[in-house]
Amino acid sequence: MMAVLALTALAVALGGALGYAAIRFRVETNPVADQVDNILPQTQCGQCGYAGCRPYAEAIAAEEADINRCPPGGEATVIALAELLGREAKPLEAEAPRVPSRALIDEAECIGCTKCIQACPVDAIVGAAKQMHTVLAAECTGCDLCVEPCPVDCIEMVPIALTPENWKWPRPAVQWLEPEAPRCAEVAR
Amino acid sequence: MRRRLWRFPGGLRLPGHKAASLELPLAEAPLPERLTLALRQHIGAAAEPRVRVGQHVRKGEVLARSREYVSAPVHAPTSGRIAAIGERAVPHPSGLHAPCLELEPDGEDRWLDGLEDDQVEQPPSEPAELRARIRNAGIVGLGGAVFPSAVKLTPGPQTAIDTLVINGVECEPYITCDDTLMRTRASDVVAGAALLRGLVGAAHAVLAVEDNKPQAAAALRDALARAGEEQTGTLEVREVPTRFPAGGEKQLIKVLTGREVPRGGLPLHIGVVCLNVGTTAAVYDAVFRRRPLISRIVTVTGPGVHRPRNLLARLGTPVSHLIEQAGGYALERARLTMGGPMMGLTLSDDALPVTKATNCILVEPERAAAPALPCIRCGACAGACPVRLLPQQLYWYAQSGQFDKARTQGVFDCIECGCCSHVCPSNIPLVQYYRHAKSEIAAGERERQRAERSRRRHEMRQERLAREQAARKVRRRAPTREGAGDEGQ
Repeated sequence: MMAVLALTALAVALGGALGYAAIRFRVETNPVADQVDNILPQTQCGQCGYAGCRPYAEAIAAEEADINRCPPGGEATVIALAELLGREAKPLEAEAPRVPSRALIDEAECIGCTKCIQACPVDAIVGAAKQMHTVLAAECTGCDLCVEPCPVDCIEMVPIALTPENWKWPRPAVQWLEPEAPRCAEVAR
Repeated sequence: MRRRLWRFPGGLRLPGHKAASLELPLAEAPLPERLTLALRQHIGAAAEPRVRVGQHVRKGEVLARSREYVSAPVHAPTSGRIAAIGERAVPHPSGLHAPCLELEPDGEDRWLDGLEDDQVEQPPSEPAELRARIRNAGIVGLGGAVFPSAVKLTPGPQTAIDTLVINGVECEPYITCDDTLMRTRASDVVAGAALLRGLVGAAHAVLAVEDNKPQAAAALRDALARAGEEQTGTLEVREVPTRFPAGGEKQLIKVLTGREVPRGGLPLHIGVVCLNVGTTAAVYDAVFRRRPLISRIVTVTGPGVHRPRNLLARLGTPVSHLIEQAGGYALERARLTMGGPMMGLTLSDDALPVTKATNCILVEPERAAAPALPCIRCGACAGACPVRLLPQQLYWYAQSGQFDKARTQGVFDCIECGCCSHVCPSNIPLVQYYRHAKSEIAAGERERQRAERSRRRHEMRQERLAREQAARKVRRRAPTREGAGDEGQ
């Protein structure tokens, strides 16, 4: 009798604790959407048709959107998403991805209308009404969203220059005496 | 006192080819017509110009410096006029241009006031002041890694250093600039080493020389004996067996102390600070003579020059000027390498300037790379690797784009010594594959960090917009309530 009571009390206490923890420490976010969001390039450009990377990630997680709608991410992102979600990798839906660039404001032309500031998804443009605006180059994601709203066409997307700092060692151009590996057909023969 | 030496795994015995460049004595290269000074001759942030075009500068004047902690200033190697500030070709594997200063010498070679008389003075006793002097002199690791020395000499209060290693091993074939330095400036090296030992708080300092340089070792021993009793107790000269890459920092520490630098760690984590002999001599100049780093010894050698020799060259001197001093080209078509045949960097042309990293200009006949064959998994590379990596496995991952796996297999522990490529019977340029993998991983990491920052900024913006909208709503409602109150009165 004593044992039954003790165990029941324990079960009730622990059950209560678990129930409380489930409410108190509830995880609001969808972990799949989080993982997808981690793969996306965070350009926040909206080229996928969603209002930023997070909404697109949620749509992918809910299986409402295809995984091939992110041009800045390119093929690498499609492959990574396909691997994560167990879906088939597809070619990119949109046109060929643009070269990575940064916005540049022609400061002499700028009239200080603040329209680009409102368009920038990462607050990378500074300035005030009737004051010259400028782009924080290090924060600009190259999303292109500020170009269209500008009434005087003073914003230009400038490709990121290759410097010794961001240069990458290329894959060595090796002259092979023979094919790298026998082809399947050759093996079968 | 004979203490034991340890062995590092792998490595190669290579033909030295060092005698040719040691026949002629060290000479100072005459002033070239123009000096090109890269603003980034070191690891870390580029220095920012502190001069204007057209400005006249004196020898030893600071031309550029950065506020960043890991950086080094650039000084004027002679007096003259700043002819231009802009992008110029620099010795870099990319062949890309980088910000440079161009200095047109006026031929007078006049030092900055206070530096003209070659007086040896007592060094300051305050460690902070010593470090500041080393930092302000623009001293970086002259063995080739060009890491700012002042940073290395600031191990922090938690780290106890017991051994200072002065690296005069110079294990790569052909290069003799450190050998020459030790022969001609042995007493400066010893004085510099004694000072640095005190600065890092090490109990003793080892001057390590490869056993194929008996004259350098003898010169150092002589200088040590002359330095007196108090130095001989704490400083010693040790000869290490000739085996490439014994001059690698981690390899040398293993040979001398038996300790291994842990993966991703630094020598100071195991109580060791290691500096090159050239760096030590530069520290001597900075501390005892107040002179900044404006020149270095460069070996100009190889079958492609008439009179191989060592030259004291001002930084920024064009390579072609040094080759002229070495008797000019002996070959129609020559291939230029900055550094040695194992780890050197191929130069695209001879107009490139000498930087703080230029220890050697190797002129060889041009030859096409032997065609590569498939990997036969012979394992010769694994036997040669001084870091005990599996080069063929790394190659497999790097060539197939599996960079994550290359990383877990330790591609970042690779010191790019080239032993694996050298022994590969299939002529596979293994090191190039590792460099490719390393830079892809590093670029991916940069991209990931940038994306993370963009995400945070975007989220913060969304929050701000929501807050503003809520505030607007409250404001829109507020006047109506006030109005209702008015009516009631």
